[in-house]
Amino acid sequence: MKQHQSFRRMWGWPIALGLLTTFGLISALFSDGGLGDVLAWITLGIPVVVGAWYGWRKAPAR
Amino acid sequence: MNSRKIKTWAWVHKWSSLVCTVFMLLLCITGLPLIFHHEIGHLLGTEVEAPKMPAGTPRVSLDRVLDIAKSKHPGRVVQFVSQPEDDDGLWFVTLTPTPQATEDFKSVAIDARTGEVLAQPKFDEGFIYVMFKLHVDLFAGLAGKLFLGFMGLLLLVAIVSGVVLYSPFMRKLDFGTVRREKRPRLKWLDLHNLLGIVTLVWLFVVGSTGMINTWADLLIKYWQHDQLSSLLAPYKNEPIVAVNERASVQRSMDAAMQKTPGMKLSFVAFPGTSFSSPHHTTFFVRGNEPFTSKLFQPVLVDAKTAEVTAVPKLPWYLTALLVSQPLHFGDYGGMPMQIIWALLDIATIIVLGSGLYLWLKRGNPVPAPPRAAAHEARVSGGTAQPEPAPAMKVQA
Repeated sequence: MKQHQSFRRMWGWPIALGLLTTFGLISALFSDGGLGDVLAWITLGIPVVVGAWYGWRKAPAR
Repeated sequence: MNSRKIKTWAWVHKWSSLVCTVFMLLLCITGLPLIFHHEIGHLLGTEVEAPKMPAGTPRVSLDRVLDIAKSKHPGRVVQFVSQPEDDDGLWFVTLTPTPQATEDFKSVAIDARTGEVLAQPKFDEGFIYVMFKLHVDLFAGLAGKLFLGFMGLLLLVAIVSGVVLYSPFMRKLDFGTVRREKRPRLKWLDLHNLLGIVTLVWLFVVGSTGMINTWADLLIKYWQHDQLSSLLAPYKNEPIVAVNERASVQRSMDAAMQKTPGMKLSFVAFPGTSFSSPHHTTFFVRGNEPFTSKLFQPVLVDAKTAEVTAVPKLPWYLTALLVSQPLHFGDYGGMPMQIIWALLDIATIIVLGSGLYLWLKRGNPVPAPPRAAAHEARVSGGTAQPEPAPAMKVQA
């Protein structure tokens, strides 16, 4: 149980961001200015925002 | 993971990245303007565009277009003719001294409706050209390409080993922790881990598709050898069909388009050039769907008779190459995607730069011995972890 929790704590975010990136990279391939492109902007934008958020903020929020 | 394994992975991470970092920085920096090369071309006024005309405006014959281009460069042969994906009112004619692959080429942009010469764009000079060459082959041709491809492979090794090392580094830290209040090295280590893991999948995809792209020339050569040679066996040992023996190119194009209904022409390769055979004019057409528009279908037309010889299916490795291109360029999802590409590129530059910094500062005397630091962290109740697994420091 504990093992399970620590795995999720460590890899939860990286896996979620990786899946979002993968989805975005593929969805735009099958779209030409349509919904797939918008989904790609959102799903690829989230890792960028997460990186900027944690990378930029001054004090850790806790 | 025991400390021995960590040591090994740290060694792999250190050397794979050290060797490729300088080149990766170069690729990231030159790649940044390339993401926006169309937009930059617009600003610099080097982007050629055909004037707007109502749809269905009659077009001049492709033979006429070729004659006009040749009259601008007598003594040269036409190697390729292409049509931009988003503008069928325009032909780009590429002329070279011989059908052999060469760096010495002239380009003529001709209005497909009027036959007017719109421009003679120089694709071999200017800012974007220099960025492009540095990005693609370091001005060193195939050898440069393959070298950069190898650097790309090292990048992939660095990414994989970096992911393996992510866990011993982050064991006691929450996702996204950046320890700013401590030593700068710690802050940059945390930023390296954060941005590295955030850009992970994107960089892996862009890195691997970039590497695949460096093999393009070889893959095309292999395709000619592997597939086309059997198709072309009947024409074996025949010389390149002389220009005055060739049938009308317009008629050949009509025949090719008739064989591939619903497809759009992308480019034409003339006999003896690297994308064709000595005996054929090859028409590369693309699909109309978002996905199929990225794939090419070659149509080989007998240069003498203007009859279609074959419509060979593209082999899987060329399909893979063609799909890998948009994934590398980031040009398939409009401007927002280009901006995201640029931001991820900048994040990668930070990852590379911080990695280099961490290596350069490796010998920095630490204010407190690791054991004491660990103790301090525990006492202060923080989630902070003692600086990297001690094994790392020894290694790094």
